[in-house]
Amino acid sequence: MDAFTTHTGVGVPLRRSNVDTDQIIPAVYLKRVTRTGFEDGLFAAWRGDEHFILNQEPFKAGSVLVAGPDFGTGSSREHAVWALMDYGFRVVVSSRFADIFRGNSGKQGLVAAQCSQSDVELLWKVLESEPGTPVTVDLTDKTVRAKDLVAPFEIDDYTRWRLLEGLDDIALTLRHEPEISAFEGNRQTWLPTTDPLPAV
Amino acid sequence: MSRTLAEKVWEAHVVRHGSGAEPDLLYIDLHLLHEVTSPQAFDGLRLANRKLRRADLTIATEDHNVPTVDIDKPIADLVSRTQVETLRRNCAEFGVRLHPMGDFEQGIVHVVGPQLGLTQPGMTVVCGDSHTSTHGAFGALAFGIGTSEVEHVMATQTLPLRPFKTMAINVNGALGEGVTAKDIILAVIAKIGTGGGQGYVLEYRGDAIEALSMEARMTVCNMSIEAGARAGMIAPDDTTFDYIEGRPHAPSGADWDAAVEYWKTLRTDDDATFDAEVHIDATELTPFVTWGTNPGQGLPLSANIPDPEKIADENERVAAEKALTYMGLEAGTPLRDIRVDTVFLGSCTNGRIEDLRAAADVIKGKHVASGVRMLVVPGSMRVRKQAEDEGLDKVFLDAGAEWRQAGCSMCLGMNPDQLAPGERSASTSNRNFEGRQGKGGRTHLVSPLVAAATAVRGTLSAPADLEN
Repeated sequence: MDAFTTHTGVGVPLRRSNVDTDQIIPAVYLKRVTRTGFEDGLFAAWRGDEHFILNQEPFKAGSVLVAGPDFGTGSSREHAVWALMDYGFRVVVSSRFADIFRGNSGKQGLVAAQCSQSDVELLWKVLESEPGTPVTVDLTDKTVRAKDLVAPFEIDDYTRWRLLEGLDDIALTLRHEPEISAFEGNRQTWLPTTDPLPAV
Repeated sequence: MSRTLAEKVWEAHVVRHGSGAEPDLLYIDLHLLHEVTSPQAFDGLRLANRKLRRADLTIATEDHNVPTVDIDKPIADLVSRTQVETLRRNCAEFGVRLHPMGDFEQGIVHVVGPQLGLTQPGMTVVCGDSHTSTHGAFGALAFGIGTSEVEHVMATQTLPLRPFKTMAINVNGALGEGVTAKDIILAVIAKIGTGGGQGYVLEYRGDAIEALSMEARMTVCNMSIEAGARAGMIAPDDTTFDYIEGRPHAPSGADWDAAVEYWKTLRTDDDATFDAEVHIDATELTPFVTWGTNPGQGLPLSANIPDPEKIADENERVAAEKALTYMGLEAGTPLRDIRVDTVFLGSCTNGRIEDLRAAADVIKGKHVASGVRMLVVPGSMRVRKQAEDEGLDKVFLDAGAEWRQAGCSMCLGMNPDQLAPGERSASTSNRNFEGRQGKGGRTHLVSPLVAAATAVRGTLSAPADLEN
């Protein structure tokens, strides 16, 4: 995972709440077995509409998505994060994220920046009145800046640290392998395994 | 110190406590895999030259992509076929037990785990699927994970996690005639909203919950995620133990006694406190259906479509307007007047034997309305066999419904079972999102009883409507 400190890019106002992961990427795009190339599935149903924000200049080149509350609800598909990142997004700003989506974002290096809804509304106004306004997201001081607006955002400290350092979760966990083995040695013997059962 | 059920199960699985901002490391007892969210995780293992740590705590099935007809033929959709074949290759390479299409144990991953007896009280269960919350019905801590986490569990059999907050959903009183677990959970979601459970584990409690069968409890826990909660739990009791006893992977003999003794401790202590509490009066519940495009947009079947102009909150008003436009509905229309094209009975929410029995009871001796198609899709091949042994297939076929093979089917637009643009369904599944059942498809979430009655009348209906 690449480290993230600050990012500046075109902000995209998405005035919708409850943007579920089926909207971010419909199931039909989940059939691939690769980890890249999901940009064509991003908001696929909405992109058929020429008025959709990502079909407008200069938002096409957006990299900071500013959305309504409850972003990323529904399915656990990490493809939603891959699709956003493959398209070019580095940050999603919302006043509330679904838990699984937030977790998936943190694993991939997409910053899920949680701002107050009033700041989201202010960002929408800036981005709509001056399309193409660059938005700067600074993970070191946890702010989103656009024009004169400086909006603080929340992200949990551990995810922030991992993003700033660009660290791989699995490698971090494997440092504790002896503790995992010790735990396994103490598990109840009656707990099930998936080993095939003898035919009756 | 007194603790809630969720806290007890959490504590029993902490490999190491994190310090400061660092999360706890939690041991995972059971990892369920399917073809959609696993290929990139297996690839990650290969790229990093890592092993699958505990193949003996891992099991896979094919469900999302599989057709529910002609399963003896190769999957026609080449991309779907590749995904299923990739799962088969990966399972063979890493030594994972797989139940492929056509196998007697194949089915939806959340139906398969419990029916094999692999899901047991007090366990931690994960799967790259948000409806993993289903397994919480056994008093397990079960939640959906993304593909990076799937890879993490494969490599380490653990997950770094911060403790969840806890929320009690107290449901008391007796359910009325024709009111089911599905109506309970739809009412819960409408009450707390699609984000109301974010950050929480929900514990469903109260005499209305205790009175539910295991199948019904699974329906309730299944949709916890639709309220934003990653997990939902119900304390195990005799109903739970009776369901597990004798299943293929259930403990037996002295092991059974030891397990039950432990399972009986898995209850929230009397003086434990939850971070939040919600109360639902079960006696006031009636059949519930959704009218919009998220599962929180639901109402009693007797209600009319709400008028967005009367919704005070701007975000909710805009969401309601967009939902009605997408659904092709007008404010003020009685929900009972809504005509459907398709009825779908199945999914990890309502594809179990009890769901099929309940619907069969309603539809027996009647016929699906003209112009309506009804798909009945058992959640697993075992459920299908059991239903056929009971003659339920005949009941559905005689009524003019289609009797299918096991899979996720029309719950999500990933396999051949889909709505056409503009088509409307009454569906026992879990999500009414835009396009969920096929691009442009319109979904009303309902219970199996409402599904069956709707199939007969052609408009959203409860079984009681058939008597009039």
